[in-house]
Amino acid sequence: MAAPLSVEVEFGGGAELLFDGVKKHQVTLPGQEEPWDIRNLLVWIKKNLLKERPELFIQGDSVRPGILVLINDADWELLGELDYQLQDQDSVLFISTLHGG
Amino acid sequence: MCQVGEEFGEPAPEELPPPRSGRELKCMKCKDVLPVVVIRAGDAFCRDCFKVFYVHKFRAVLGKNRLIFPGEKVLLAWSGGPSSSSMVWQVLEGLSRDSAKRLRFVPGVVYIDEGAVCGQSPEDRAKTLAEVKLILQTVGFPWHIVALEEVFSLPPSVLRYFAQEPVGTKGAYKVAVDSFLQQQHAPAQGEEQQSQPGTQDPQSPAGPPTAAQTEALSRLFNSVKTLTAKEELLQTLRSPALLCRTHLILHVARTHGYSKVMTGDSCTRLAIKLMTSLALGRGAFLAWDTGFSDERHGDVVVVRPMRDHTLKEVAFYNRLFGVPSVFTPAIDTKASEKASIHRLMEAFMLRLQAQFPSTVSTVYRTSEKLVKAPRDSGAAGPQGPRCLLCMCTLDIDTADSATAFGAQTSHLSQMQPPTPPAETPTVPCCSAGVGRAQSCCQGAGPCGRKDPRGHVIEQLCYGCRVNMKDLPSLDPLPPYILAEAQLRSQRAWVSQEIQEYLIEDSDDEVHTSES
Repeated sequence: MAAPLSVEVEFGGGAELLFDGVKKHQVTLPGQEEPWDIRNLLVWIKKNLLKERPELFIQGDSVRPGILVLINDADWELLGELDYQLQDQDSVLFISTLHGG
Repeated sequence: MCQVGEEFGEPAPEELPPPRSGRELKCMKCKDVLPVVVIRAGDAFCRDCFKVFYVHKFRAVLGKNRLIFPGEKVLLAWSGGPSSSSMVWQVLEGLSRDSAKRLRFVPGVVYIDEGAVCGQSPEDRAKTLAEVKLILQTVGFPWHIVALEEVFSLPPSVLRYFAQEPVGTKGAYKVAVDSFLQQQHAPAQGEEQQSQPGTQDPQSPAGPPTAAQTEALSRLFNSVKTLTAKEELLQTLRSPALLCRTHLILHVARTHGYSKVMTGDSCTRLAIKLMTSLALGRGAFLAWDTGFSDERHGDVVVVRPMRDHTLKEVAFYNRLFGVPSVFTPAIDTKASEKASIHRLMEAFMLRLQAQFPSTVSTVYRTSEKLVKAPRDSGAAGPQGPRCLLCMCTLDIDTADSATAFGAQTSHLSQMQPPTPPAETPTVPCCSAGVGRAQSCCQGAGPCGRKDPRGHVIEQLCYGCRVNMKDLPSLDPLPPYILAEAQLRSQRAWVSQEIQEYLIEDSDDEVHTSES
């Protein structure tokens, strides 16, 4: 049983348009059976934060190609991508590099 | 590359070490610090090494090509987006370096305000502009802000090719550097160039564009049926916007004496552009559209110094080193993947790239090898006919109509509404019948073709012709395009008229001297 986590989720490069134009979200992830990883976080974001057009942000169980993910200002490729286990107070940043955001 | 899903059932069988081991990885350069970014498969860099790598790449591109001469005026085309912002910052940093490594050209920045075609409200536009100005003031280069609406007041000469004496040989570059260095020894010379305050250029009207112009512009864009054609139009104006954008930037460059324009196209963007251009029938111009330098305008050369940087590198650099950029929604913001060829190609490339990390670099390396001037080899004949919109040498060969391509293009030009029935399209209307003042004669010039659409289309390259099919009427086009089209067809008609009086020899001479 993982304890609730407080995480900062941020969107940039135009991705924020899908979230009502709000860039920074301070969110609390509820406690759950399995530990929180990025894969779960994406599902949670889709359910709770995403306002429109989920296909422009999420594809399959990952983000759409062209959207970069930074965890604590480091490339998620260094941290195991979807399998990275979130810690309390982590910050996760999604930057769209797609044309027009 | 084509075998997606054949052997690799699981997504991306990365050669990266298993999850979490990344934490133990060290920067591949200094082997000391924890890395923050992975460039290419497996190359992890720490913050400092990444910065060195990034800056070096920018300078290397400029150094390798030796196109920009010391003291030359260079216009930085800044859209507010990440790549061009990064480019402006690189130039800023390059100019502040100490003597030996300093960039030696004189920059200015141009920003095209496209709010009108992106559905921004006047308030939003004003807000964006305020942000833009704030950044421009921080940068401190001379700047020009131009509203896209100003395409309606462009002169037709924008569409002309101005020849320039060939420069750019190694010898010439060295001489220029030497003389520049000598000049610098003369007191205060260098200082003067720097001291230009970054003020709004007085010539370009600072006031907001008139409502009528805004309306005319949206009329033009709304009349374009597909997003693909819109994106192309924007490109040139920037294609009307790209088409419009290029023409505007070119105009600013010419009126202010800039001889180079730098754009922020990244390698990812260029790879996508290459594939898109192919799909749009612009294969003949790939080298112009995606190469390092683009001399299609003659006197003003477009260079792309960011073409070695991937979008990922740009995004990381901007984030890590706080490069400000302005996000403005574009025409295609929130458009679905299948909305236009551009979007589709982008999604295709990026998805392929996610599974095969060398996709973009492979495509982009290919673009490097392409050679310009497909038709008139050598000195891209300034005399040769050029496309009215994209200004590339025409790839349409009417003589070659036996081929499928020829058949298609002649079909295209015949498709124009055959308004006056019994009239061959080559006869100028004024000589044909005075009663028919209806179409062109009342307007700009005395002797246009009966069917203005026909003579505009005739002056376009294949890609632009196809594009124009999505624009049902030419009326909303900015006047400078129509005026230049008229002028060109008149000139063609006149030279045809006097053809028989010309002495054959002189014609041959022109040809031989050209080649």
